[in-house]
Amino acid sequence: MTVELFRIDDRLIHGQVVVGWGQPLDIGFIVLVDDTVAASDWEQELYRMGVPPEMEVYFHSATDAITALPKYLADHRRGILLTGDIATMQRLVNGGVVTTVNVGGIHSKPGRVQRLRYVFLSPDEEAQLRGLAANGVKVSAQDVPGARAVSLPDLLNGSAL
Amino acid sequence: MSSEASQGGAMTAPRAIVAGHGEFAAGLVSAVQQITGRGGQLIPIAVHQLSVEDIEDLLRRRMIEHGVRVIFTDLQAGSCTMASRRILRGMDDAVLVAGANLPTLLDFVFSEARPAPEAARHAAERGRAAIAVHGAATGGNGQ
Repeated sequence: MTVELFRIDDRLIHGQVVVGWGQPLDIGFIVLVDDTVAASDWEQELYRMGVPPEMEVYFHSATDAITALPKYLADHRRGILLTGDIATMQRLVNGGVVTTVNVGGIHSKPGRVQRLRYVFLSPDEEAQLRGLAANGVKVSAQDVPGARAVSLPDLLNGSAL
Repeated sequence: MSSEASQGGAMTAPRAIVAGHGEFAAGLVSAVQQITGRGGQLIPIAVHQLSVEDIEDLLRRRMIEHGVRVIFTDLQAGSCTMASRRILRGMDDAVLVAGANLPTLLDFVFSEARPAPEAARHAAERGRAAIAVHGAATGGNGQ
């Protein structure tokens, strides 16, 4: 088994991840990559309480995650790796092991334009996603397994909205 | 975007917030109103398209605006639950009930004599106990 999903989702661990993806993919572990959460025991406990007991959660800073990733890729269970933003995922891509990225949820904030019901992007973030694709990463948006995966071109031109 | 809807019972002061995925909150509060006429005790909040920070901000503002100290949410892993737990970190007198169902809310709205946080704890136990499975008594293969 391996990491089945590399997901950008600013809500990190929540219902779509734990239930929506976790159950059909039979997920055994979640790798949460976020510098703030990795530095806070309280935040880690908060997210840990959101998952069922049979699901492990591991916390890493972006820097630590690059080193730890091979271990998770070789894990006998299926896993999901989460980042809360594109920039953190970009760092993992630069580490050389991420080839497919799922945009699962980037929500409304000032300066962002809505591209999907669950994806809002600033010009900088759009450029970051284009950069991922330019590096050979397959990028698509899909909030839950039953939804249609939206290609990066369709995401950025808003045609799937 | 987020949404809040009046569910009737306007003469009753709000005592709790209900928040969750999709139209969970509006649906449950509508059901409470239909069954009891006491839906006005509950403030339904939906959080479509909001970031975690915005969910937390919205819930906190509504709690302060209405002076309520009880939040009911749908799912332990849900964003509303996560946001509520962050809010409760700074409110020692507040209570969060995650995994709330209709029996939970029905018990709560009929517990007006109790302080709302105490009523919420009582309602949570009622809601937990109200789940029942009927039929296929052995739980096996249907034989």
